[in-house]
Amino acid sequence: MTKKKVVQSGVAMAVSAAVLTAAAQRLVQPKYMADVVEGNLIADYYKSGFDHDVVFVGDCECYENFSPVTLWEKNGISSAIRGSAQQLIWQSYYLLEDTLRYEKPDVAVFNVLSMKYDTPQNEAYNRMSIEGMRWSKSKADCIRASMTEEESFLSYVFPILRYHSRWNELTAEDFRYYFGAKPNFFSGYYLRADIKAAENVPEGRPLTDYSFGETCWEYLEKMRVLCEENDVKLLLIKAPSLYPYWYDEWDAQITEYAAAHNLPYLNFLDEKRIAEVGIDFTTDTYDGGLHMNVYGAEKLSVWLGEYLSEEFSLEDRRKEPELAAYWLDICVRYHTEFEKQKENLRIYGNVKGIPEKEEENGTPKE
Amino acid sequence: MLFTDSAFIIGLVVLCVTYFLIPKKFRWMLLLAASVLFYAYSGLSNLLYIAATTVSTYFVTRKLDAMAGARKEYLAAHKSEMKREEKKAYKEAANKRRFRLLVGLLVLNFGILAVIKYGAFAMRNMNALAGLFGNDNAFPIPQFLLPMGISFYTFQTMGYAIDVYREKYPHEKNIAKLGLFVSFFPQLIQGPISRYDELSEPLYAGNGFQPRRVLFGTQRILWGYCKKMILADRILPAVTVLISDPEQYYGVYAFLGILYYMLQLYADFTGGIDITIGIGQVLGIPLAENFERPFFSKNITEYWRRWHITLNTWFKDYLFYPLSVCKPMLNLSKWSREKLGKTIGKYVPVYVATIAVWFLTGLWHGAAWNFIVWGLMNAVVILISERMTPLYEKFHAKYKWSNTRAYDGFQAVRTTLLMGCLRMFDCYRDVPMTFKMFSSMFTSFNFHVLWDGSLMKLSLTGWDYMILLIGTGILLTASLLGRRGSVRKMVLDRSPVLSCVLTVAMFLAVLIFGAYGIGYDSSQFIYNQF
Amino acid sequence: MITHKYRNYVMEETMMSETYETLVGILKDLHEDVDFETCETLIDDKILDSFDIITVITEISNEFDVAIPADKIIPENFNSAKALAALIESLEED
Repeated sequence: MTKKKVVQSGVAMAVSAAVLTAAAQRLVQPKYMADVVEGNLIADYYKSGFDHDVVFVGDCECYENFSPVTLWEKNGISSAIRGSAQQLIWQSYYLLEDTLRYEKPDVAVFNVLSMKYDTPQNEAYNRMSIEGMRWSKSKADCIRASMTEEESFLSYVFPILRYHSRWNELTAEDFRYYFGAKPNFFSGYYLRADIKAAENVPEGRPLTDYSFGETCWEYLEKMRVLCEENDVKLLLIKAPSLYPYWYDEWDAQITEYAAAHNLPYLNFLDEKRIAEVGIDFTTDTYDGGLHMNVYGAEKLSVWLGEYLSEEFSLEDRRKEPELAAYWLDICVRYHTEFEKQKENLRIYGNVKGIPEKEEENGTPKE
Repeated sequence: MLFTDSAFIIGLVVLCVTYFLIPKKFRWMLLLAASVLFYAYSGLSNLLYIAATTVSTYFVTRKLDAMAGARKEYLAAHKSEMKREEKKAYKEAANKRRFRLLVGLLVLNFGILAVIKYGAFAMRNMNALAGLFGNDNAFPIPQFLLPMGISFYTFQTMGYAIDVYREKYPHEKNIAKLGLFVSFFPQLIQGPISRYDELSEPLYAGNGFQPRRVLFGTQRILWGYCKKMILADRILPAVTVLISDPEQYYGVYAFLGILYYMLQLYADFTGGIDITIGIGQVLGIPLAENFERPFFSKNITEYWRRWHITLNTWFKDYLFYPLSVCKPMLNLSKWSREKLGKTIGKYVPVYVATIAVWFLTGLWHGAAWNFIVWGLMNAVVILISERMTPLYEKFHAKYKWSNTRAYDGFQAVRTTLLMGCLRMFDCYRDVPMTFKMFSSMFTSFNFHVLWDGSLMKLSLTGWDYMILLIGTGILLTASLLGRRGSVRKMVLDRSPVLSCVLTVAMFLAVLIFGAYGIGYDSSQFIYNQF
Repeated sequence: MITHKYRNYVMEETMMSETYETLVGILKDLHEDVDFETCETLIDDKILDSFDIITVITEISNEFDVAIPADKIIPENFNSAKALAALIESLEED
């Protein structure tokens, strides 16, 4: 064999191995369409126009409780939610860092529930919070901060190392959405129109230690500094989810921190505020108080829209033609989905429109 | 560090590329650096042990050579004035001093091995013994972390030292080169145990890049990973389930346990060796083959010539022969010839040496009575079949059908099952349990477990069984083809394109069908603690 | 020249004959059916296994009062009766 031929066949082998690996990798990666749709939330952001006044970071209490469409329709605020299931505070921080690579919003909203987790929690949630991120130093740092003991950095770089064993679990979905997911969200909002009243929400069991962990404080501080440096105003919120239980002792620590750094902090679990927003826990939640349904989210967004406009003097941007066109598309999809879910509920008794009562319960929730 | 660690794989690729890029005279140094790094990765303190072996061996072999040189010089200088008897006496005296030095080295190195690997085992037995006299826990049980591959490098290095003593070749004058011979990293995990005269030249020479060699080496590495990750690691959980609960898994389960364990052991061990030899091949360093399709053997003696070959030839050359032809043994033979008759006297050395070797082979496999019993059972089977050889020969001469392919197949299956039964000692926690499980195969006929779905409860799914069946089929086919020479060469000669396609296919197969990552325990290679 | 060579050959034969014949006798005891006088691949063709080698060495030590050391157990010395006889001779001389 000539030298040229050797080089050629070597290169051919390497290239075909790489191409086939990439192809196989895409195939075995979960598509998060029928089940666990939350897996696509983080990647959803990169399809936006990167022109937001407000960006939310945080866990499910963000992406299920606030509706950017309402904020747009009522107050002309362009917003995006970078939420994911059990998003840990360092993940929120790195997502914010990542967001700042694309745009500079006026306000960053952080939901403080994740202050309760000081250590990496769960591989599946890590995957959903991180894999959707585009590659950057922020993503790498985020992976390193989030990995549980059993995980490896390499398997984030090459997800095939993690998902290869799905080869025998592939479904039609894996082929249909091979080249990308269909949009399921509305600027990061996960719409649910079903209703399940909150009943008998248990009181939180007493803890031995109510102080938040050091790592959490460190990242909250980093987040504050990051916002300050980028001239972004940081708004801390605690969404009106009844469970996981939000202890008064925790609330006091956040209140204190916010006061010390002159940050606004809104606790929506506050009874007066609940009344002000008009939330009714018998109709405005879809899973017994864990998360708002679309009715609750809209009420909350109406209130928050007013607050944001006033406190941060955000302009009404509905007159900007390009932005309006961008939002029109989302609003149409939003209302169509809303109607469809209502229809499904009427006919099948569930939002997905599954004929039998076998609505799968595999969706991981906070 | 294991072959399956991502750090190992990445490091290996970096090493192979760097090896061919740097000037030839530095290549062996790169290998040494890689070996030290590899060893340090598994525990810095482990470096001390391997350094102790290297340094002690270096100085002792140097002295051995110097003494031999002095002896030769003296004899040459006094050639004319010495009588034959004087010469002989002088030689013997000189060699005695050299022998003492060698023994010192052997005691030191095997001593380290013994204390670390067998200290706890010895103390437990001492305690049990003391317990008989009402003295419980009289001896403290030491706890050592077993340095990786200590058995392998100790054996390899001591073989080298004995060869220098025997003046088979001069000692290695560069201590760093000796260090590389001792610690050459692909061998540290599962062997093979190499010989200095075979390994040293290609190890120290800067080998050139040869496409064919690199291709074959890569294919062999991938083939090893296929065996190890697709088959061995997949079936390992089932083996663990089957042997961990003998109360539940007896009878047919015990038989299945044998089959699963044989597949696991074979795929894991030969796979690891394939990776090692493949790495050597890529770098242009031929390493000794350790297996020759062992399960096609006609009998156990042959099986042991074809399984873990380098360990068995080591035992043969450095223990079996020296032990059976040493003066005391020959005297013992003479004595028993006089007292017990000619036939017995003739075979005494063979028997004593065989039993000693297998006792130690058992001990090599693990510090437990299970392994010792296993080794001795092997000795018994081998000695019996040796005694029966004339009978076999008559049988084959009389019955022509016993010389057919089918009968060869029967013998291969018989060998496999016999070895499997002996291997039960590896699995169960103690010797009585092993015998209990063995007899359960003939007393408990719970065949229903084969079709009532019980097989699916051994942590293997239908898909796993499918992969295992296909994989074993491919393995068997490759072995059958391999009888006629290198399969890789056959494929390349037939079609270079096919050869390349198969390479890529093996890579993808490992990547997709390998049992690794979260959800699979990254199981340790069975052999790496030996 | 030819005569000289031939004489050497004959001498060698005569010198070795006693050792050689005893040795062949020992070997025949082990394997009746092997022609030890012509076979030169006793080890390479696995006619003698390690057990046979030890037995032979034991017998040699008994017959000749010569101890073959372990490092002399290499294929070259055991592949033919002739080579083995030569080994014994050389050890006796030493």
